[in-house]
Amino acid sequence: MLTKRIIPCLDVKDNRVVKGVHFLNLRDAGDPVELGARYSDEGADELVFLDITATIRYRKTLVELVEKVAENVFIPFTVGGGIQTVEQIDELLRSGAEKVSVNTAAVDNPGILTEAAQRFGSQCVVLAIDARRPKEKTGRWQVCVKAGTEPTDIDVVEWAVKAEKLGAGEILLTSMDTDGTKAGYDNELNKAVSDAVNIPVIASGGAGKLEHLYDAIIDGGADAVLMASITHFGNYTIKQMKEYLRDRGIAVNL
Amino acid sequence: MIVVIDYNVGNVKSVCNAFCHIGCEVELSRESAVIEDAAGLVLPGVAAFGYAVSALGDLAELIKEVARAGKPLLGICVGYQMLFDQSSEYGRHKGLGLVEGSVVPIPPGRVIPHMGWNLVKLPEGMDLFSGLGEEKHFYFAHSFYADVTDGQSKIAYADYGFNMPVSIQKANIYGTQFHPEKSGRTGLKVLKNFAEICERKD
Repeated sequence: MLTKRIIPCLDVKDNRVVKGVHFLNLRDAGDPVELGARYSDEGADELVFLDITATIRYRKTLVELVEKVAENVFIPFTVGGGIQTVEQIDELLRSGAEKVSVNTAAVDNPGILTEAAQRFGSQCVVLAIDARRPKEKTGRWQVCVKAGTEPTDIDVVEWAVKAEKLGAGEILLTSMDTDGTKAGYDNELNKAVSDAVNIPVIASGGAGKLEHLYDAIIDGGADAVLMASITHFGNYTIKQMKEYLRDRGIAVNL
Repeated sequence: MIVVIDYNVGNVKSVCNAFCHIGCEVELSRESAVIEDAAGLVLPGVAAFGYAVSALGDLAELIKEVARAGKPLLGICVGYQMLFDQSSEYGRHKGLGLVEGSVVPIPPGRVIPHMGWNLVKLPEGMDLFSGLGEEKHFYFAHSFYADVTDGQSKIAYADYGFNMPVSIQKANIYGTQFHPEKSGRTGLKVLKNFAEICERKD
């Protein structure tokens, strides 16, 4: 049986790891390669590196970052940020990333998911969705693009279902409403998406306490939980998170 | 010196990175002289079986020859699958035939690919796992597995709704379906164990 995964997320801006609240008010959290190596050594299951400087366009510096990370990190890692073409995905996979995440590019051109899945296998293709509850209460979520700056009319659950058909192998689902708040994941959102698709869903946005991780897996149906603030700023170690989950009966790699 | 066989598939660099990290001398090469001179060989692989076998080309004969002469050989993922007689991935393909068995699809009824961390039961007497205890998690990413029929092989298994063979040892031939280079500290220990096997033989 596969274990549930603990995935620290490193948002990288100008070669530093940063973390904000609701995607704003960024705070410095260290060097990406050093921090990545530390999490790899401490027993994280995977890492996600998102270049948040890039969101509008792909930058060559991302390749350099991936190469350095690959020399120091011995667990699988995903990279994302401003990726627009299959050639860029190829370059990042060759540089040492296991998976590449796309967000805005897939909304603009959903065919990129199919093209990438056919060429590299769907296990390499992660669809990142930044989800937001609209102001009027509709019980639905809207997809936002360009690092959360642009809301669209696309419904999150419908988009996730479509993306799976197109070739996405995994969904990295971030709630912009809970991001950085440490108030818990949006498990209504996680549940709505994980019930609708067969591929793994990574819950993201809002981890503050250990029980939030448990809730995202049990109530939200998540296969993996992603966190940033609570690991970067030393609230909990990877080991503490895994021991907590194990003690509550969840299979983890410990 | 450990030589990682360079045959233009997937990301072979990460295996070299991992050996470097644990302080081993390692070289990526497809030169016959370098391969013949190596203390041990690593056959990595991230690709479809048929593609990997054809990319290996003439090197296949050389690898078989040095493996039969006793040089330690470690196959990883598709490199592990290639140790067996044959595979049915996208057609029928012959493998190196160093270990008896066939590479077949993971049976339906579970999520495929088998991707993520799974627990492997580590039998006593498998050199790759010395010092690791009775069971450990490793990172997997594959859709086919080797159905091992070789009576001379020691086998380690993982549970994926059936007892799936995921690692073998037959004399100087070693293989892992999982990726030790991506399995954190546990995986680095497996590579370290292989490096020590090579040193002892050298």
